[in-house]
Amino acid sequence: MGELFVKEKEIVVPGQTLAEGMDYLPAGGAYRDGENIRSSIMGVLGINGRVLRIIPLKSQYRARPGDMVIAKITEMTNTVWFADIDGYRDGILSLREVPEYVGDGDELCQYYNYGDYVLAKLIQVSRKNMVLTMKGPGLRKLSGGRLVNVNPSKVPRVIGKQGSMIGLIKDKTGCRLIIGQNGLAWIQGAPEHELVAIEAIEMINERGHEQGLTDKVEKFLDEKMKDVVVDDAEEEAHETEKTTKEKKSSKTDSKDDSDEEEQPVRRAVGGKKKSKRSKK
Amino acid sequence: MAKIIKEHIHQLIEKGKRQDGRELLEYRSDVSVEYGISPKTAEGSARVRIGETEVVAGVKVDIATPYPDSPGEGSIMVGAELSPFASDRFEMGPPSIESIELARVVDRGIRESGAMDFTKLCIKEGEMVWQVIIDLYPMNDAGNLRDACSLAALAALKDAKFPEFDKKTGKIDYYNRTKKYIPLEDDPIEVTVLKIHGDYIVDPTCEEEEFLDARLTVAFLKDGTVCAMQKGGKESLTAEDVKQMVSIAHEKVDILRSAL
Repeated sequence: MGELFVKEKEIVVPGQTLAEGMDYLPAGGAYRDGENIRSSIMGVLGINGRVLRIIPLKSQYRARPGDMVIAKITEMTNTVWFADIDGYRDGILSLREVPEYVGDGDELCQYYNYGDYVLAKLIQVSRKNMVLTMKGPGLRKLSGGRLVNVNPSKVPRVIGKQGSMIGLIKDKTGCRLIIGQNGLAWIQGAPEHELVAIEAIEMINERGHEQGLTDKVEKFLDEKMKDVVVDDAEEEAHETEKTTKEKKSSKTDSKDDSDEEEQPVRRAVGGKKKSKRSKK
Repeated sequence: MAKIIKEHIHQLIEKGKRQDGRELLEYRSDVSVEYGISPKTAEGSARVRIGETEVVAGVKVDIATPYPDSPGEGSIMVGAELSPFASDRFEMGPPSIESIELARVVDRGIRESGAMDFTKLCIKEGEMVWQVIIDLYPMNDAGNLRDACSLAALAALKDAKFPEFDKKTGKIDYYNRTKKYIPLEDDPIEVTVLKIHGDYIVDPTCEEEEFLDARLTVAFLKDGTVCAMQKGGKESLTAEDVKQMVSIAHEKVDILRSAL
């Protein structure tokens, strides 16, 4: 029987021997070196039966069809938009993939202009192109709010199992929150609350490999939200948010009723769940 | 140029708030200066941190022939290099307009303050003078490189000592330093005030810098005398704007001065 040198969920470094013998199999981030299995990246070891896989601490975005991404329009021609999605290629958004009717002779910038951020879905990923679509529930141009970077390898942690983490941040801060699989998050809420949400996301970004993170984040959010004082000018804006929040909490059992903005996140969660399952 | 980031900044400023939770006229509280970080390679060096922003400055001295119009005066030279590892906005290649402006603004702050007596840098009139070269290397750009660079240049100058110099052979022994500091009689420090969406802010973040309407960099001496100014940005400033921005800058200069 082969010997395992590293425990599960331990941090490994490139070149580190993980196991000896032919009983274990290397998967993503690990490789076989003669009798040994070594790590090629820095990350956390995951063991699934005989398969050793390393979940990287930091990674580039790996585009997959079906991903919800937050894309920035960078270029346009007569018929297509090009959007930066932080992948190895720009995303292509063609006329027929947008919900709006683009009339003959219309300028494309009337619909999506340079520098606009859109929530889009990847429908095709190949070596040569990445095709985006805007047709789908919740897909739209983002307006208002602010953007934060999340490391793509930490996106599953920010969302959490069945959206537990993202739901927690939303509930505690009352912000609207969308996380693109490409490592961009969009937040909208009262300025102070936005800051708390960003701090929480940064905390997950930094400590995403730790266990029991949801509890830690919950504690952190509780503490932070206590200190947040919303002044009178803010009250009005906050009031509307509160009502939506109350609505949300009263309708926790019937999740399908929530507004459209919620959907992309849940879909993103759904996508992630699948990949999680395949890992375990 | 992302519209939603701009809108967000403007909305916050209307409410008197900033993206990182600061007040409009609140400087980042963690300003630090470290002297002599590279004692072997440079005559004087310093590292300045303003929040996440980090700038390293080095001072070298060299022998040069004086300029014909000022035979009895030494000279200073300031260079700034915005390398890609400081920020993803910077590119490799020839110096950008920003880096040239940055270096020139820092240069002007020191030169026009009169803090350095250039005649003291003279070794032999018309033939030999000291040339002081200040190099600025931003290590990380989290906004407000201007103030950080000006402070770093000053700190490095304060740290700099002349190397041994043999007048007969004309050779400089960089390995042995004398105890003589580079003559510096005052501390010119620059503070930049930005105008965004009709309001003034200090110590901007990268995103705020990107969407500024106008900015004014003001250099102050110890006693509060204004010695240099530089205006940037696309919008114009009224006389009232300038007055207010100078008085704001004057309030904030003590924060930087106390870090020295």
